[in-house]
Amino acid sequence: MTSDLVEITVLSLAVSGAATLISLLIGLPIGTWLALRRFRSRYLVLSVVNTGMALPPVVAGLVVALLLWRSGILGGLGLMYTPGAMVIAEVVIAVPVVIGLTAAGLGQLDPRLHLQLQGLGASRWQTVWWLWREARLALLAAIMAAFGSVISEVGAAMMVGGNIAHETRVLTTAIVLETGRGEFGNAIVLGLVLLALAFMINGVLTWAQQRGPKR
Amino acid sequence: MGTGIPGAVRRALLVVTIAILAACSGAAPGTASPGAPSAAPATVAPTPASTPAASEAPSPAASGDLILATTTSTQDSGLLDVLVPAFEATTACKVKTVAVGSGAALKLGEEGNADVLMVHSPAAEKTLMEGGFGVNRQLLMHNMFLVVGPSADPAGISGMTPTKDAFTKIADTKSTFVSRGDGSGTETKEKAIWKAAGITPAGNWYVQSGQGMGPTLQIASEKKGYTLTDKATWLATKANLDLAPMVEKDPVLLNIYHMIQVNPDKWPKVNAACAAAFSDFVLSADGQKMIGEFGVAEFGEQLFVPDAGKSEDNLITP
Repeated sequence: MTSDLVEITVLSLAVSGAATLISLLIGLPIGTWLALRRFRSRYLVLSVVNTGMALPPVVAGLVVALLLWRSGILGGLGLMYTPGAMVIAEVVIAVPVVIGLTAAGLGQLDPRLHLQLQGLGASRWQTVWWLWREARLALLAAIMAAFGSVISEVGAAMMVGGNIAHETRVLTTAIVLETGRGEFGNAIVLGLVLLALAFMINGVLTWAQQRGPKR
Repeated sequence: MGTGIPGAVRRALLVVTIAILAACSGAAPGTASPGAPSAAPATVAPTPASTPAASEAPSPAASGDLILATTTSTQDSGLLDVLVPAFEATTACKVKTVAVGSGAALKLGEEGNADVLMVHSPAAEKTLMEGGFGVNRQLLMHNMFLVVGPSADPAGISGMTPTKDAFTKIADTKSTFVSRGDGSGTETKEKAIWKAAGITPAGNWYVQSGQGMGPTLQIASEKKGYTLTDKATWLATKANLDLAPMVEKDPVLLNIYHMIQVNPDKWPKVNAACAAAFSDFVLSADGQKMIGEFGVAEFGEQLFVPDAGKSEDNLITP
């Protein structure tokens, strides 16, 4: 049981960690662009993104499954019931969260800061970096929200992963299995491990978020 | 300028990267390459389409991922935890068990999203076979369904036969009855019994869980209601439940399991070699012995009775 527990925990961390990182790579640039650029359909795009935050994970899982099943468009990749499929589904869930919170976080910065940076001769990348630094409270909150949304979700992981022992069984799907078998003690233990894991990760991120001179 | 990435973020990234690397190296042996399933059938596709005699010898080229779509009873009872590792020890196939209701399993087979099926819904299976989506349907094993309920037995059906009379009594007394409601083999049997009794169950007393047998039993236990369950899941989980057997010995409660391989002519991407190998394994003397011995030491009786090679007509033990 202990070795299974370690295996499940490491897989949870790997899948959710990878999904969070990928969603950051996709979401941070898009969110930044949405915050700083003014264009015609900006409100529409922001509304779509914010709606994406409310996307039920199980629906994301179903859509990804329809694509990845052998009968689906991407069926040839053979990704169904693998950790890779779970990462894809979790990226779909986390990206709107990152985009929405990044856009909001950067959007509330003083617009004069942007002008001041450009006035001081900052290149585009330098401007973006310093804006990110200014908004780090919101951005780290976005990271924590994205990670939280994927480490705890079970619908998509179940659907595209299949909860296969030693392959795609993560903490959340293992809890469902143990509960279904009536082993509530095991289920609670798994739940506590999940919470401890999330606490450790968020502890580091919160410390990063909160340190620095008090304003 | 140029202070670089803040130290705390750097440390956090380091932790996450190490975790991912650790997981990747740990999970690498278990993660099959995506190319394998499409490669295997190309070399051994003719085998299942030929005569049954040829499919008895396991193909030496059988390898890659095998998607086994099965019912929740074989999973929740723990039978697959015994059969699958034993099978994997004899071949290069890697079994991915997807335990959903028989209805969903048959659908996966119909759409080529699974390679081999282990199901217990004979009428729906026949429809699948008639559509040409399955090949080599073989009788695997059987057990009995039973009706379980609260010890207080508000409907007074304990020991009643036939089952349809017990169901009639439950409906008349409006006692809580929990149905699977998920298109599974168990639900199909339950519906057949209601039909034989001439009743369409409806009302607050008729609860549909939409879930597997384990969770459905838990709901019945909590709501002090009756439900139809298979013997294996019942024996494996009854220690955690507050229910007792009510109706057992009735020929209509026979629960037959079949193996079906998904037809590679319809779906060339299925791993036909591994499907045949798995089907042959569970039907072989070794596999049947494992099935017959499963749970006897722990529960004092067989959870599944092995039936390979028998005719469906003489399975009942009175």
